Amino acid sequence: MGLKMVVTVKQVPDTHNLSGDAMKPDGTVNRNALPAIFNPEDLNALEEALKIKETIGGTVTAISMGPPKAKDVLKECLYRGADEVILVSDKLFAGADTLATSYALKCAIEKVGGFDLILCGRQAIDGDTAQVGPQIAEKLKINQLTCVSEIVEIDERSVCVKRSVENGYEIVRSRFPVLLTITAGANEPRSPSAKRVMAYKNVDSVVCETAYDETWFNPQSCNNVSRIREWNTQTIDADPALCGLSGSPTKVKKIENVVLTAGEVKQIPNTDAGIAGLIHELIEEHILG
Amino acid sequence: MSMTRNVMVFIELNDGKIADVSLELVCEAGRLARKLNTGVVAVAMGYDARNELMCLGGFGCDKVYYTDDSRLSFFSSVPYAGIMVSAIRKYQPGIVLFGATTMGRDLAPRVASALRCGLTADCTQLEIGDHGIRDKEYKNILLQIRPAFGGNIIATIVSPESTPSMATVREGVMKMAEPDPSGKTEIVMEPCCVPDEDFLTEVIQVVREESSVNLKSARIIVSAGMGAGSPEGLLLVKQLARTLGGVAGASRPVVDAGLMDRCCQVGQTGVTVRPNLYIACGISGQIQHRAGMEGAKRIIAINKDLEAPIFNIAHYGIVGDIHDVIPKMIKAYKAKA
Ligand SMILES: Cc1cc2nc3c(=O)[nH]c(=O)nc-3n(C[C@H](O)[C@H](O)[C@H](O)COP(=O)(O)OP(=O)(O)OC[C@H]3O[C@@H](n4cnc5c(N)ncnc54)[C@H](O)[C@@H]3O)c2cc1C
Ligand SMILES: Nc1ncnc2c1ncn2[C@@H]1O[C@H](COP(=O)(O)O)[C@@H](O)[C@H]1O
Repeated sequence: MGLKMVVTVKQVPDTHNLSGDAMKPDGTVNRNALPAIFNPEDLNALEEALKIKETIGGTVTAISMGPPKAKDVLKECLYRGADEVILVSDKLFAGADTLATSYALKCAIEKVGGFDLILCGRQAIDGDTAQVGPQIAEKLKINQLTCVSEIVEIDERSVCVKRSVENGYEIVRSRFPVLLTITAGANEPRSPSAKRVMAYKNVDSVVCETAYDETWFNPQSCNNVSRIREWNTQTIDADPALCGLSGSPTKVKKIENVVLTAGEVKQIPNTDAGIAGLIHELIEEHILG
Repeated sequence: MSMTRNVMVFIELNDGKIADVSLELVCEAGRLARKLNTGVVAVAMGYDARNELMCLGGFGCDKVYYTDDSRLSFFSSVPYAGIMVSAIRKYQPGIVLFGATTMGRDLAPRVASALRCGLTADCTQLEIGDHGIRDKEYKNILLQIRPAFGGNIIATIVSPESTPSMATVREGVMKMAEPDPSGKTEIVMEPCCVPDEDFLTEVIQVVREESSVNLKSARIIVSAGMGAGSPEGLLLVKQLARTLGGVAGASRPVVDAGLMDRCCQVGQTGVTVRPNLYIACGISGQIQHRAGMEGAKRIIAINKDLEAPIFNIAHYGIVGDIHDVIPKMIKAYKAKA
């Protein structure tokens, strides 16, 4: 039978590689020019799930909440070996903070049902909050192990992991079901398989209003999984009041762009006299002892 | 104590010792509490740590609600979150602060989810202010200020419609005040009502490697970037650090290349430092690096590229090769001191 695993994956703006048109002339970020990418640590979470599948067997379901464009990351999951992918998408999800996001994902994961292991990235690079994983675990009333840098041992009932903590690490074990958040150090994510890219590059999504049933996907056969499931608030029985903006307690009051303006930098000539002058000034001001 | 809701701090205990970040947060809670005309309380859990908690009085904490149980010696998400949730329900604070450590970042979202309240991660500044939502004006609420979007924007987040407002803050971001030796705190023992079956995490081994350098408390930091990323370059950087009585830090690529230890990394994914003097040697000054050192009182940048972004935030810029500039600095300092 093997393990039933769910991986949550998010499409994020590539905030870490600002270049070219990403910066506006006034020094602020042009968000629309940022390419959308697979959240890096979610690729590590997917990789960990695929490795577990290869060692002890099981199925991998990838779920993403986001706009229709988030299908791109779900396709990337199919290319790498996910058995089933689900897009949770609805206008009602717009403006979700981490609490509303975790609620929607929790509803979708319950719909999938019967999971042993949920794997999330430790954090998403657009906000770096690292909140969604633990919040899903709380809503599902299951245990969590965060900041996992290595899966030490896994069997049909429990998992033993190494967690990175300040100045060291911990080795801890938990029985299933459990949610893990995976860090970038855990593995080197594989590349898409050329065969799977050919098989899935043209997959379409199907909006399914009907009840979710297990017979829909059969991990043994590639062809039966040639679709992206698309679920909305109704499919996952989500309470609209807890979704999107209305389910989000945090509000953004103000946004300021970090502008890279030149400050009052004092140019010190690269000469013995110039540098001696600087050292003197710093000693005078008690900055240097 | 006043009628206003208190400011509560989660006290992180590691091996029975209070984490520095918790002390920093108690000080910050005191600052917020004075603005709100209210008090500071703390919640702690662990085993046999009552004496350790006494020092919190010196930092301005009025009361500590402490749960003592041998099963709480090690961190475990479900019991810790359960105790925190009960304490918040029972004592109704207006604000709750956690360190943005692995423990705090594991615990706080779980607590926020259970209480369905707002939580802002990794705040760099906390303030008290007002905010209007539709026709309602909320007075004296917590303004949670944090960088977002890879540090390219600074967002002010509020969550006035749910109580409490919760935030996590990294170590070193808030300042720790000198403790007042006459300050006292009341320790209130709380019963541990967590059933055995909630202890779902079995701790097999805890390994703490004492980090050899303490960047956070250093007054002078000399950091090496890729421009000093050669063995000779690093030698010069370390030499300068030693001469000035400081410690050596590094940018991430230098650490990733295995040239310096991970605990030396300054920046968004490393340590946040606020020394009196930061000397950036061959560091371009990308946003992720700046996020960790912008708070330095004085910044000297040495870079051979006049256009390097580090010069935008430096107080003193020296355009030149580090192999040329650093020896001059060492010579000049030795001559003066
Ligand atoms: C998710 C994420 C998190 C990150 N977190 C961090 C972090 O915590 N800390 C961090 O530092 N980075 C972090 N980074 C990396 C960051 O984006 C930059 O890549 C990094 O800070 C650049 O390091 P650098 O300035 O040493 O190297 P470079 O950008 O390569 O710059 C080298 C500089 O040295 C100058 N130079 C070269 N030779 C000499 C010489 N002989 N004399 C003088 N100057 C010379 C060059 O002009 C150049 O400006 C992160 C990136 C990502 C994506
Ligand atoms: N919209 C989303 N869809 C799917 N997974 C998500 C979403 N948002 C967050 N996650 C998961 O939660 C992790 C932590 O996200 P965050 O709390 O935003 O830093 C990510 O690495 C993802 O695995």
